[in-house]
Amino acid sequence: MNFWIRISDLDRRWIYLLMAVAIILPFFVNITIPIRISPPTQALYTYIDTLSPDSGPILISFDYDPSTQGELTPMAIALLRHAFSKNLHVITMSLYPTGIGIAENITSDIAKEYNKIEGRDYVVMPYAPGYQAVILSIGEDIKNTFATDYYGNRTDTLSCLNGVKNFEQIPIAISISGSSTPYAWITYGYTKYGEKIGVGTTAVSATSYYPYLRTKQVAGMLGGLKGAAEYETLIRKFYHTKGRSMATIGMNSQSMAHIIMIILIILGNISYFAIRKQNKRSA
Amino acid sequence: MSTNIWIWIAALLTLAIYSFLYKDNIVYKIAEYLLVGVSIGYSIAITWYNVVIAKMVVPIRDQHNFLIIIPILIGMFMFARFSKKHGWLSKIPISFVIGWGAGVAIPLQFETSIVEHVKNTIAIPWFGGNILLLVNAIIIFIGVIATLIYFYFSTPHKGVIGKVANLGIWYIMIAFGASFGYTVMARISLFIDRAQFLLHDWLGLIH
Repeated sequence: MNFWIRISDLDRRWIYLLMAVAIILPFFVNITIPIRISPPTQALYTYIDTLSPDSGPILISFDYDPSTQGELTPMAIALLRHAFSKNLHVITMSLYPTGIGIAENITSDIAKEYNKIEGRDYVVMPYAPGYQAVILSIGEDIKNTFATDYYGNRTDTLSCLNGVKNFEQIPIAISISGSSTPYAWITYGYTKYGEKIGVGTTAVSATSYYPYLRTKQVAGMLGGLKGAAEYETLIRKFYHTKGRSMATIGMNSQSMAHIIMIILIILGNISYFAIRKQNKRSA
Repeated sequence: MSTNIWIWIAALLTLAIYSFLYKDNIVYKIAEYLLVGVSIGYSIAITWYNVVIAKMVVPIRDQHNFLIIIPILIGMFMFARFSKKHGWLSKIPISFVIGWGAGVAIPLQFETSIVEHVKNTIAIPWFGGNILLLVNAIIIFIGVIATLIYFYFSTPHKGVIGKVANLGIWYIMIAFGASFGYTVMARISLFIDRAQFLLHDWLGLIH
């Protein structure tokens, strides 16, 4: 009985320490847990994979800030590697003022891996305020929405945007976000203009977007670190992409942490019921 | 180990934030205030150059688009809220925002979140003979009805209504469970990212 009382009174800092060890240890152990590809990830991958350089540029919107980078940046990197491997043109942007720096940083880093040139192969757009207005405006004329790119070059002079006027020439817009901005892309991009929408979202928000997958308002979705790891697995398998697969490396830690979490929940419940039973007996 | 000063700053700030897990302390507070200050400062700078300069100053100064002064003036009325005498002026831009927002958003959101989903719940297609998808569609149909009935409070939850409402509770609990599971995954992912940053980018202990 003393054991269960001790469990229920355990200082939470021991649990933090245990979780930290469970997460850090797998980085030093060479184990590979197989990653199964879920249908939403496969759907997004398959759609992008069917595109060719003539299909027009894909749009990736980095609608997040540093607080959710851990989950979302691996997705952005995987999507960019897939696009650049296929020589697709890419437009990156952000509906968040704090996200635009992340967008520029990641896009230019991955572009260097593939020797892609800004303006010719990809374009980074600057921040524009009012996310609904921005999405609606892209639906009318993207060069009017963004007169210049992030670096101050006029967008009507960029070869990457030759013949691109609005969503009609952009085969898919992917919103990577930990908030409700994908919902805005669905509402104003898909419903208003019929634009295909892809979603990359944090695990917390993933459940909110499953209904939109079912109705086919969303073409595909990457949910949390697992979604990113699945996408990394696909592009490594079919395109032999190089570079660090942050999400895949993290999945071992994720699995270990989940096992610890499950054990703690079971122990906590047993402890609760054991103490309750003891208290009833004493009464 | 990294020789980049910015990696060192980020690493030390990460450790400062995590020191809160042991107990609240001054190092944590400094890192917290720094985060808030930098975030706001950064947002203001980005907004200043990309909105005030790019969308207001440049069109007037370089393109001589003087018509833009009208919406700028209307927008400036928002600041009238600081004055008791002229506070009423702020109602003008607010009415524009609400009018535009309602006109544009309501029909689109209604179609996006209600019409499409109701259509998809009512129409149970045969899914090309895939019996599992059909079962899935029926489960969703029953779940929607049961959950809606749980939130229908005009009739007492007794008899058949009570039983269906109870079923609704089960559906809601399963949804909460799925959300909680995903939330655990999300929070752990954030720590995994920081751990990778410390061990790979900073200390160079892992590859």
